[in-house]
Amino acid sequence: MHEWALVEGVIATAARFAEENGITEVTEVVVVVGELQQVEHEVLEFAFENLKTPLFKNARFVLESQPARFKCRNCGNEWGFTSEGMTEDVSEAIHFVPEMAHVYIKCSECGSPDFEVAEGRGVWLATIKGVKGDE
Amino acid sequence: MSDPRIAIIEKRFQKVRRVIAVSSGKGGVGKSMIATALALSLKDRGHSVGLLDLDFTSPATHVILGVEGLYPEEEYGIVPPMAHGLRYMSITHYSVDEPTPLRGEDVSNAIIELLAITRWGELDCLVVDMPPGIGDATLDTIRLIPSIEFIVATTPSRVAFQSVRRLLVLLKDLRVPIIGVCENMVMNPGGYVREEVERLGLEYLASVAYDEEVEEALGDPEALRKTRFYKELDEVSRRL
Ligand SMILES: Nc1ncnc2c1ncn2[C@@H]1O[C@H](COP(=O)(O)OP(=O)(O)OP(=O)(O)O)[C@@H](O)[C@H]1O
Ligand SMILES: [Mg+2]
Ligand SMILES: [Zn+2]
Repeated sequence: MHEWALVEGVIATAARFAEENGITEVTEVVVVVGELQQVEHEVLEFAFENLKTPLFKNARFVLESQPARFKCRNCGNEWGFTSEGMTEDVSEAIHFVPEMAHVYIKCSECGSPDFEVAEGRGVWLATIKGVKGDE
Repeated sequence: MSDPRIAIIEKRFQKVRRVIAVSSGKGGVGKSMIATALALSLKDRGHSVGLLDLDFTSPATHVILGVEGLYPEEEYGIVPPMAHGLRYMSITHYSVDEPTPLRGEDVSNAIIELLAITRWGELDCLVVDMPPGIGDATLDTIRLIPSIEFIVATTPSRVAFQSVRRLLVLLKDLRVPIIGVCENMVMNPGGYVREEVERLGLEYLASVAYDEEVEEALGDPEALRKTRFYKELDEVSRRL
């Protein structure tokens, strides 16, 4: 996923959560990002510093990576992701739209494109920590 | 545990005044042709227009527009390239002409991702070319795109209209605005589809004739604009 879009989404989602739960200051957000997303940590941090609203003034932005695992629906083979040998265009296509993995990656055993991304596709907001304002 | 992509989608459509999906319960009835012609004609009327091709299995608008090798710009997200004056987004920017074998959940994820990263900017209208049927793509666009409206395409065939009717009933049940129904590839104008549409209390937008020149005009918007097909859709866009 595009880093700036991801951070925008995280901030909007966390801000909504904070509002619903009376949190007046967010201290930490933990985001889990699948390896397939190929997001760059520095870009994420930079985007967060630039996009954060006062609610996140002192917040830590924690990124956890989850390795990608593929499982072939045809032969049951399981394997991992590597961008080695991929052209820049292909790697970027998968970065922007991870489902493009089904276009460019084939089962390492039988060559089928019908595989499941068992792990490491998504992005989600795992935890938000914060301080509640006066009731 | 929540998906941060959903929260930005609404924001992405903030400055898009109208979103019109061209859809059908049936395949091959002319959705992509109608969507492209409507987008071009709205643009010719001076509106700022986007075109989004959401048919991952059979993307077609790039063929109708005659564009290839377009690549979106990266700027705090993805900015769709211009194609013949339209802000144009298609999976083919990334898949080129390779097959995209996606299952239901993958389709949903790819749609969410595209909607979340694409920065349309300010548009009078975004036309969406939908895949056929009432599967994940249709349900997701309805769920995710605020204030989406539908133009539903059919052919005169009763077989086509049976599927189309199911889509229309679904849209009504979901309280999604239906602009109307466009009957396409009409060879013998008759009243069947119009009657059925009006019986559902919906607007019958146009009877668009089967036009042999359409095939010749594929890939060439200038030639397309000269066809009877285009003129008939131009009339629909005038009334939008
Ligand atoms: N009014 C028309 N006269 C002649 N040919 C037409 C007309 N409308 C569409 N066609 C042709 O019919 C074919 C199907 O059109 P199109 O691809 O737009 O349908 P579709 O509903 O988008 O199909 P799909 O369900 O695969 O997405 C194309 O070859 C197109 O050029
Ligand atoms: Mg089509
Ligand atoms: Zn296999």
